[in-house]
Order: sequence, then structure tokens, then C-alpha cells
Amino acid sequence: MDKNISFTLKVWRQRGPKEKGHFQTIPVKDMPGDTSFLEMLDIVNEELINKGEEPIVFDHDCREGICGMCSLYINGHPHGPATGATTCQIYIRRFNDGDVVTVEPWRSAGFPVIRDLMVDRGAYDKIMQAGGYVSVNTGGIPDANAIPIPKPVADEAMDAAACIGCGACVAACKNGSAMLFVSAKVSQLALLPQGKVEAARRAKAMLAKMDELGFGNCTNTRACEAECPKCISISNIARLNREFISAKLKD
Amino acid sequence: MWLSNSSIGRKVVMSVTGLALILFLTFHMAMNLVAIFSADAYNMICEFLGANWYALVATAGLGALVVIHIIYAFWLTMQNRAARGSERYAVSAKPKGVEWASQNMLVLGIIVLLGLALHLFNFWAKMQLPEVLHMLGMHVDTANVTNGVYHIQNTFSCPVYSILYLVWLAALWFHLTHGFWSALHTLGWNNKIWFERWRMIGNIYSTIVVLGFAVVVLYYWLCGGSCC
Ligand code: HEM
Ligand code: SF4
Ligand code: FES
Repeated sequence: MDKNISFTLKVWRQRGPKEKGHFQTIPVKDMPGDTSFLEMLDIVNEELINKGEEPIVFDHDCREGICGMCSLYINGHPHGPATGATTCQIYIRRFNDGDVVTVEPWRSAGFPVIRDLMVDRGAYDKIMQAGGYVSVNTGGIPDANAIPIPKPVADEAMDAAACIGCGACVAACKNGSAMLFVSAKVSQLALLPQGKVEAARRAKAMLAKMDELGFGNCTNTRACEAECPKCISISNIARLNREFISAKLKD
Repeated sequence: MWLSNSSIGRKVVMSVTGLALILFLTFHMAMNLVAIFSADAYNMICEFLGANWYALVATAGLGALVVIHIIYAFWLTMQNRAARGSERYAVSAKPKGVEWASQNMLVLGIIVLLGLALHLFNFWAKMQLPEVLHMLGMHVDTANVTNGVYHIQNTFSCPVYSILYLVWLAALWFHLTHGFWSALHTLGWNNKIWFERWRMIGNIYSTIVVLGFAVVVLYYWLCGGSCC
């Protein structure tokens, strides 16, 4: 059995995008160690509601690390202290009695705060719409084995495809750059024969959209890679650079 | 133009100018080392690279590289600060694997720039500049314009200058340890296997270049260039 932990929650409250935010301090008593971080917030919210106060707004959906909705900046780390895990996969046992646990929203111009801990990550959807797909004519589904793909290539593409689009890379980046996300989305397709066909157009369109939406210039600090819950490698960024530069040189 | 209106294009400019400057530093360092072995040989190089047309063209090219690198450095940093937004995190922790230099390239670059200003004042203003002014018909003293060793002795016999030069070189070392692999990564010449290799090569290369410069400073500071 995990033991119970008491700590102080310091959480960002902001009523709207234009409103000025502030930290609210909430003492949390005897929280069982096997409570997940989001369950803890549910419990705190229930108490707030019972007291007639506004609950803390935060994003979440699958609560099993696959949807990319949860997005909390806990004690200086996007998705909290663990490596290779999302916020919803963090448990209270990671914290100690008497800790101050500071929870902030992603802070980046590309992801404006909607309310409290919830930010608008619509920019990522716009980048995907700009080219993060393979155009196919409808018709019969091709046989999966019709196009042989070497295992190492398939693995590399699969690793890139693990990106859940959570935005932790932007949240961690001192340059507010979305390069890790864009490079993962470009790589997962560019590596495979089906995606290669449109690779040049895709790299140019997605990067142009990323720049247009005001994300920063990557200076290779590697903060994104260290904080990414899916351990996406910056070697994908090198691939995106390569794809983009050779596309531009060909023009 | 993609070199100015796309983020990767702007990084390519940083990368290519940076790599060209590294190449220049390598030659510069190699020539400096000559001053340890033979003062006469060093002065011959100084004469050869005085105010001839090819030396002046190279100097202008070099100046352009530095200016472009610096303009882009400030431009990128401003854009990145804007992208970061106005709200800062109350608590932030440095993620592991992040080099200190990588997050402080502008500060390091500014130190390099200040060192460069001092360096131009100590050497260029006393060597190539008077020679050019002389050629333009002005009355300047050109007695020592190709006597590089004389200026080296003059500068490094002063401990304040020697220490400033060593601080300058230290900043350059940090700038290069990140800059080297980062530049290749920016050009796309990287992957999971080459990542550690480039980093190692970059560290060794930066260390050799910076040590090469430092040795000359220390030699002329500590033994006035007259031991051995
Ligand atoms: C001898 C002088 C210099 C050399 C050899 C040099 C070399 C480099 C290299 C190779 C890079 C990596 C480029 C990349 O990441 O693609 C770089 C980045 C950078 N340099 Fe320099 N540099 C020098 C002077 C300066 C000066 C004087 C400044 C500024 C005042 C400066 C500011 C920067 C900044 C801010 C970056 C990071 C930009 C980025 O990664 O996007 N550098 N430098
Ligand atoms: S690259 Fe990693 S941190 Fe960035 S959006 Fe994808 S999963 Fe999240
Ligand atoms: S809620 Fe789906 S990944 Fe965390």
C-alpha cells in the first residue's frame, strides 16, 4: 500500500484569455499515493465545488497516455517529473510530504491560455491540415504486404508516429519552437514509400504554417526531446531540415 | 527568399556563416602557432597578409560573415522571445541533456563580439588599418605594420589584456562546443548515430582551436616570447 501524502498545491488560475492570472494555494491533505495526478485534481475540484467555488479547468481525455490532451507544467517540467510519461500517468507517490507542487499551463505565444490550465492547441491542428497527411484516391484497400518496407525504416517511422501532439515540446522550448512536433509528423510519412511521394510539398507546407503561426526558430537546445512524453528524438528535426533544404534547393 | 522568410532558412544562414567562421578560426590559429616557433616566419606571414588586394578582399568577406551572423543572431533571438510569449514560468527546471551553452548562445556571442572589438583595437588598428590609410595617402606611422611579433609582445606583456583574451577564448569554446554540432544538425547532416559522433568531434575540434590560440597568449605573457 502506498502511504498518504499531504502537500501544498500552487495552481494557476486565469478566468479568460485576456484576464490576468494568479496562483491559488490549496492545501491537500492525506492524498493516497496511488491516486493519479488528474484524479487528485478531480478530488480537489469536488471540494472546491462543494464550497461553492469555481473548479480548476484542465484538459484531459483518455487518461492513459495516448490522446495527448493532458498538458500540465508541474514543478518546472511539462508532464511533471517523470520521463516518458504524460501528466495523466503521474501518480501522487512521486511527491513527498510537505512538497509545494506548482502547476502551470503551457506558456507559449502559440498556445494562448483559454482558462486556468487549459490552453488552445488549435495551432497544431492547423499545421496538420497544412500537409500532415497522405492524399489517396478512394478505391480498394491495397494489400498490406504489397509494398515491402525494411524493418528498421518501419521502426523509425513508428517511433516518429508515437507523437501524440500534446505540445510539451513547445512548452519546454525557450524559443517557443514546434520543430519536434512538426519533424515527427513529417518523418512518420516521409520515411515510408506511401508518404515519400508528397514529402517535399509536405515539409514546405507544414513548416510554412508553423512559421506563420508564430512558433520560434529551433536552436537545437534539446529541451523538447528531454521533456517529450513519447521520447521523440531530435534526429527527426535533422530529417525535417534535410527534407526542407533539399526541397528548397530543387525549386 | 527562403533564407530569410522561413525558420529553417534563417537557421541555414546562421549555420553556414558560423561554419565559415570556424574554418577561418582554424587557419588563424594555425598561423598564430608559427609565432611560437619563429618570430621571423610569423612576420613574413604578416607581410604576406598585409594590405594586398587579396588580403583586403578576404578581410571584407570575413567582415560580411561576422555581420550577417550577428544580425541573424539578434533577429532570431528577438523572434524566439516573441514566440515564447510574455508570461514566464514561475518554476522552471533545466531538463537533463540540455547543454548550458545551447541556451546562452547570444550571451556567449556578445562576449565573443566584445573580445573581437578589443582584438581589432590591439592588432588590426595597428597593422592592416595604418597600411591601408598609408596607401590612401594619409600620413601614418607604418614602421611596425607588418611586425606582428612586436604587437603580440606589446599586447600580452600586459596581464590585463592576457586575461581578457583568455576569457574571450573561454566564451568562444562554449559557443563552439554547441555551435559545431548544431550547425551540422541545422543543415540536416545528422541522425541518431552521428549525433554523438558530431558532438565528440565538435568538442575535440573546439578544444584544439581554442587551445591553439591560448598557447600563444600564455607563451608571450608568461615568458615574454623569449624562453626556450
Ligand atoms: C568567431 C566567431 C563566431 C563563430 C565561429 C560562431 C559560430 C557559430 C556556429 C557554428 C553556430 C551554430 C549555428 C547553428 O546552430 O546552426 C552559432 C550560433 C549562434 N551564434 Fe555564433 N559564432 C561566432 C560569433 C558570434 C557572435 C559575435 C554572436 C552574437 C553577437 C553570435 C551569436 C550566435 C547565436 C545567438 C547563435 C545561436 C543561433 C541559433 O542557433 O539559431 N555568434 N555560432
Ligand atoms: S513531439 Fe513529443 S512533446 Fe511534442 S507534441 Fe509530440 S509527443 Fe508531445
Ligand atoms: S489524458 Fe490522454 S494522454 Fe493524458
